[in-house]
Amino acid sequence: MGKITFRIYKDRAFKIAVCTLSMLSLIPLFLIIIQVILKGASAINWHFFTHLPLPPGEPGGGILNALLGTFMLIIIAVILSLPLGVLTGILLSEIDNKFTASLRILVNLLQGIPSIVIGILAYIWIVVPLRHFSAFSGGVALGLMMLPMIIKSVEETMKLIPLSLKEASFALGVNYTRTILKVILPAAAGGMASGIIIGISRIAGETAPLLFTAFGNPFLNLNPLKPVDSLPLLIFNYAMSPYAGWQRIAWGASLVLVGFVFLLNVVVKTLAERWKIKF
Amino acid sequence: MNADKIFKLALYTAGLFIALLLALAFASLLYNSFPAIKQLGWHFLAGKEWNPVTEKFSAVPFAAGTLLTSILALLISLPFSLAIALFLSEYYPEGFAGRAINYMTDLLAGIPSVIFGFWGLFFLVPLVRKLEIKFGVLPYGAGIFTASLVLAVMIIPYTSSISREVMKVVPRDLKEAAYALGATKYEVIKKVILPCAASGISAGILLSFGRALGETMAVTMVIGNSNFLPKNIFSPSNTIASVIANEFTEATKNIHLSALIELGLLLFIITFAVNLAGHFIIKKLAVNGKNNI
Amino acid sequence: MENKILEIKNFYAGFGKKWILRNINLAIYKNKVTAVMGPSGCGKTTLVRCINRLHEISPQAVYKGDILLDEKSIFSVQPVKLRRKVGMVFQRPNPFPAMNIYDNVISGYILNGIKLSRREKDRIVEESLKRAYLWKEVKNELFKKGTFLSGGQQQRLCIARALAVEPEILLMDEPASALDPTATLKIEELIQGLKKKYTIIIVTHNMQQAARISDYTAFLMLGELVEYDETNRMFTRPSKKVTEDYITGRFG
Repeated sequence: MGKITFRIYKDRAFKIAVCTLSMLSLIPLFLIIIQVILKGASAINWHFFTHLPLPPGEPGGGILNALLGTFMLIIIAVILSLPLGVLTGILLSEIDNKFTASLRILVNLLQGIPSIVIGILAYIWIVVPLRHFSAFSGGVALGLMMLPMIIKSVEETMKLIPLSLKEASFALGVNYTRTILKVILPAAAGGMASGIIIGISRIAGETAPLLFTAFGNPFLNLNPLKPVDSLPLLIFNYAMSPYAGWQRIAWGASLVLVGFVFLLNVVVKTLAERWKIKF
Repeated sequence: MNADKIFKLALYTAGLFIALLLALAFASLLYNSFPAIKQLGWHFLAGKEWNPVTEKFSAVPFAAGTLLTSILALLISLPFSLAIALFLSEYYPEGFAGRAINYMTDLLAGIPSVIFGFWGLFFLVPLVRKLEIKFGVLPYGAGIFTASLVLAVMIIPYTSSISREVMKVVPRDLKEAAYALGATKYEVIKKVILPCAASGISAGILLSFGRALGETMAVTMVIGNSNFLPKNIFSPSNTIASVIANEFTEATKNIHLSALIELGLLLFIITFAVNLAGHFIIKKLAVNGKNNI
Repeated sequence: MENKILEIKNFYAGFGKKWILRNINLAIYKNKVTAVMGPSGCGKTTLVRCINRLHEISPQAVYKGDILLDEKSIFSVQPVKLRRKVGMVFQRPNPFPAMNIYDNVISGYILNGIKLSRREKDRIVEESLKRAYLWKEVKNELFKKGTFLSGGQQQRLCIARALAVEPEILLMDEPASALDPTATLKIEELIQGLKKKYTIIIVTHNMQQAARISDYTAFLMLGELVEYDETNRMFTRPSKKVTEDYITGRFG
């Protein structure tokens, strides 16, 4: 009997250990959120969103340049990666042969390239030939990061569409191209949109690939061929600065960035249910 | 008929483009690090010193920094990642607790790297400094240990989600057979689930390792940025990624830039190999799984 | 004598190296309902899927022999064109989830890129839904998603969708197997009404259903055509022992 009691105690102790460790690993999440809110909230007001950063020592200053820059970089990245990503995703979900099997591995490896190396590539491919840093090169770098995410989400959602839908379309005399583009793709649109939003939330926070592409810019710029700032770049530069005022701006920008990323996550989770199409 | 052929051609072109992109990436890195390869030769991998002023460029201090931080981060995070995976796959696969933990690990995964770095800089660095004073080592605060802590938190969601997927694949009847024999949950986990999932978990660890190797911003902000070989785990250091982040825009000499690109090439090759190995283990596992069922 | 519309000649079909159908010879008559009946796995579904060449979309599919539609081999026509003449209704209702009821009905036109005037569209939608006995139930919610309808209504929507492109032949692969008895009855009534205008080939594993709705019945077993005759005759005086065993329930 004693042995069985011992075994049961061991079982309980293990469960407690598993639960405790699980809870402990989420403590950093709360610490980060609390710290970002506490230090960031005081920096945020209307002025913060509508003004440019000021030189160190002058009170106030905002992040308008970084907000617009981030927005611009995301748009460039999505425009560049979406068509290629959707087509490749369709290829992987529709066609099963040796080429697509190896391509699937290559997509995984593309996703595994460290972001800093993506930055070097965008520098070599875009910055060097154009001879200066630019929003466009930053967009290319972020697009490269987003590409495998889009491919995977398109492939996975399209594979979930039941075969019967394809058959229904074929039976109406619709050719392959139109069946894919007008029946399968719309049916998969919700899932694909979720994937793309998650992708945007990831690249919105990327810093490393922008260090020597978008570069950062304390002034307002809407020209894609000139350097722009972005939220994470601004956070990095101001966080590492010795000026209290700039660090305060970095905390405010952190709150904005974290808020934006979480908002996108919540949007996806709530809309995932609504977008789920019944078959 | 014709439209279909054009469409398929477009699909294949896109796929081929992706493959070419990867090949081009390798080729560009190689081509641009050629000046460094020619001038530095084996010193790049054998020397000990990185000094842009004397034009001595060796990857060794950074390779050491990268390996140390990544391995330490894996060791620290492993118990936590496995606990979350077990929590979600075995203890609370449904219900509020499971959903809440799942949601929060998703949020953790979504926090940008630069925010982790910023938090590490303001929260962990002072904490580690106090610890260092207690231990009687030089209280830098920033260093390999701090970087490992931040990295560990960052890779928890990643390792745990892969481990969880693998644990899910363990056949249900195998688990039920063990329960039917009177095994406790702990015994089922130890004797059935973990052995079954072991190779998958190791693949997950390998993939997380690949991710940790290339992580840049958070590490750059808390590692202390020193170009010397680390003496112990509290030393300030640099990883391959962080030295590129720090010096790339400041490199005025061509050879310096080329050496940094060669570092990028090295990182590219290492992560490529690690990821490839991880994916092959997982793929093999999927095939074996199918055969077993 | 009746008008032949479709003729299946020495036809074989299967996957890889395995034939599922062997040496089928069969003539389908115009404006009649022909039931294809037999135990599961006998190749009924494969047979109808060959008639609109849907069989070929499986990568392993093989076939030999010929099928003539209006005395012309269907294998000499592009599948896309053939399928507009030979409509199909599937086992499970499969309306297009991203389209509303209205668009689902004219999806054959929309997806094929055929432009219609608003008035034509309205006419086709109303007429097709009326023919599918669905008009009264949905006329006030034409712009709702088709997936909100009940299973039986969804299936009638799929029938309306097939009818909208004015096919000559309508293939139905166990159209009522996923439906409840009331919905099944509605579909059966509908089939009776449809044969004035269309030729219908319906797969069923339900003998009573075959007896109730069809003019001709083909009995398949293990991939071969055992017997093909007028339904009345087959159910009263089958010429083969196997058929009799199957009909009287001494089999399978």
